[in-house]
This record gives sequence, C-alpha cells and structure tokens, in this order.
Amino acid sequence: MNNDVLETPSRYGLIAILLHWLVAVLIGAAFVLGVVMVDIPGLTPTKLRYFSWHKWLGVTVLALAALRLLWRLWRGAPAPVPMPLWQQRASAAGHALLYVLMFAVPLSGYFYSLAAGVPVVYMGLWPLPVLMEADPVLKPILKALHEALTNVMLTIIIVHILAALKHQFIDRDGTLKRILP
Amino acid sequence: MRTSTILNILVLLLAASIETAWATPLKIDTAKSTVSAVFKQIGVAVESRFMKFGAQIDFDATSPDASKASVDIDIASFDLGDPDYNREVLKKEWFNAAQFPKASFTSTKIRGNGPGKLEVSGKLTIKGKSIDVSFPMTVKKEGAVQIFEGSLPIRRLAFNIGDGEWKDTSVVADEVVIRFRVFAKP
Repeated sequence: MNNDVLETPSRYGLIAILLHWLVAVLIGAAFVLGVVMVDIPGLTPTKLRYFSWHKWLGVTVLALAALRLLWRLWRGAPAPVPMPLWQQRASAAGHALLYVLMFAVPLSGYFYSLAAGVPVVYMGLWPLPVLMEADPVLKPILKALHEALTNVMLTIIIVHILAALKHQFIDRDGTLKRILP
Repeated sequence: MRTSTILNILVLLLAASIETAWATPLKIDTAKSTVSAVFKQIGVAVESRFMKFGAQIDFDATSPDASKASVDIDIASFDLGDPDYNREVLKKEWFNAAQFPKASFTSTKIRGNGPGKLEVSGKLTIKGKSIDVSFPMTVKKEGAVQIFEGSLPIRRLAFNIGDGEWKDTSVVADEVVIRFRVFAKP
C-alpha cells in the first residue's frame, strides 16, 4: 500500500495514480459509448443522449489530461525499472504518444461537433466555447480524423496493457505495482 | 353623358380607394430570405433552416393596419445539416411530411405599433393543426428593399411534432422559436 501523495523515486504518488485510473475508466467508457452510439441506426432519443454523454466524457478526459500533463511536468515520473534500451525508448515514445492522444482525440471530436453545428454544452448546462462555425466541408474530414486518432489510441492502449501484463507476469519486475494504490 | 362621366369618375375613385386599401403584394426575394427553427437538444441550441418556402406580403408603411401576410413552408426542405436527421424529421412522429407536406401561416390582423414595428396575429398550421398565434415583427427599409424580421416561440408538442419516444422534452425541448427574415421589393 502506497500512502504517498507525491511521487517517490520508485513509485507514482496517489494523485498521479488516481488521475491515471480515472482517465483510463473515462476513456474506456467514452470509447464503448462511441462505438455503440454510431451503430444505432437512424435517429433516436437514446442516440442523442449517448452523443451528449460521449462529448461530456471527452471534455472531462481533456480537462484531466491537462491536469495530468501539468502534474507530470511538475513531478516527473519514477525512474524506469531496468530493461533493454529499446524497451525504454519504446516505453517513453508510447507514453508521450498517449499524452498527445489524450488531447488530440477529444479535441478532434470537439471540433467535429462544432463543424456539425452542434456546440458542446457540458452536462447540458455549461456552453463551451464555439471556436468555429458549422462547416459542412470540414465536418467529414474531422469525423475521419477523430476516428483515425481513436484507432491509433486504441492500438497504443492495447500495447500499453500488454506491456504492463508482460512486466507483471513474465518479467515480474514490479512495474505495474508502481501505478497501483 | 353627364351622368356617365360622373359614374366613370365614381368608378375610378372607387378603384383608387380599393387600390390603397389593398396594398399591392411585394416581391419576395426567396434567395435572401430565411425561415428557421431554433430548438434545444439536450441543452444545445441548434438552428435549422427551411430551405424552400413562399411568402406573400401586402404592406404599405402609410397604412400598416391594412397589411396582410401569408407564408407557405415546404416541410421536406428542413435542413438539420445531416442527411440522417433530415430523413428522420419527415417521419410520422415528427412532421409526417407525406401527409402534411406544407406548414403555413396566414395573418388575421396586423397592427402598426410605432415606426418599423408591427404586431401580427394569425393562424399557424403545422402537421394539420392550426393554432392562433401573435408575435412582433419589425420592418426596415434598405433602399428599395424592405426587410421583415421576427421570431415566434411555439410549443412543438402542441402540434404533435415529435411524438412517441420523442415526447421526452429532456432530449428535445418543447419550446421552439421560429425565426424569419424576409427580403421584399415593391
């Protein structure tokens, strides 16, 4: 059990751990909801509800990603466990890409929604900035971009999970424990 | 001879008075004019246009109370910016466009309400249902062009627009504002 709020040389602190798992759950929920909602044929109240929830989840991920980035820049990360250099490099690149995608995926969705002429009203209560007008030309481009970025993110997340499991069950080097409370 | 001249003058005078009482209809610039509906979808205000409509306006600024207006809207031309949505709103639960292809407004009374301001009363018919409405309208002159502008809040459920599961006003709000801006020339 780790009771440190801040990072130690070998472990993440509680704040980073909480943010990591919160964002993980929200990304998972947003992804499942996104896949389900686009599969609903035609237009139904449920579909509209799911679209709204999906957008609210995405905006929440975006805000938490900003917090995570600031925290990471301030606190850094514990030193990696000993592993071959190529794995260290792949790990660093993978994590950097995940940070980029935590911003890029929600932002592409946000702008897609604006291009479609449906600005995001967070939780149905707070209108978020309308940074561009409805744009029928950009709409399909941003849709494709949002989907492509999501697919890249899904791939990296799968590799991220497989790597964590490899460290846990094959290397048994305690990597996973560092991000568990 | 004398009597027929007097009669002729009387007929001419009568014709002239009819002419002023019934102002000539204005020519509507449908390319510039817009009619749209603003509705809230889970808190998000969305404005969608009816791309095809016709309007007839008889208006003379010197006798605004003699004005008349009627509008015919082609329901199938409602553009929500997405082909799926556009198909959906023509269905039975929404506009039932197959049975009710047109919505219309016909004024029953127009009253001048100060310069450039009119108070319009009339019948609004959507999905076969007529409701008496009244709303303020402004008129503005830009050169030869007159611009009539206004908005009219309605309740969609009063017209059975969005029946069945769409009755849920937490998804699509009951209040809808019809907005119009009509460009007309004599």
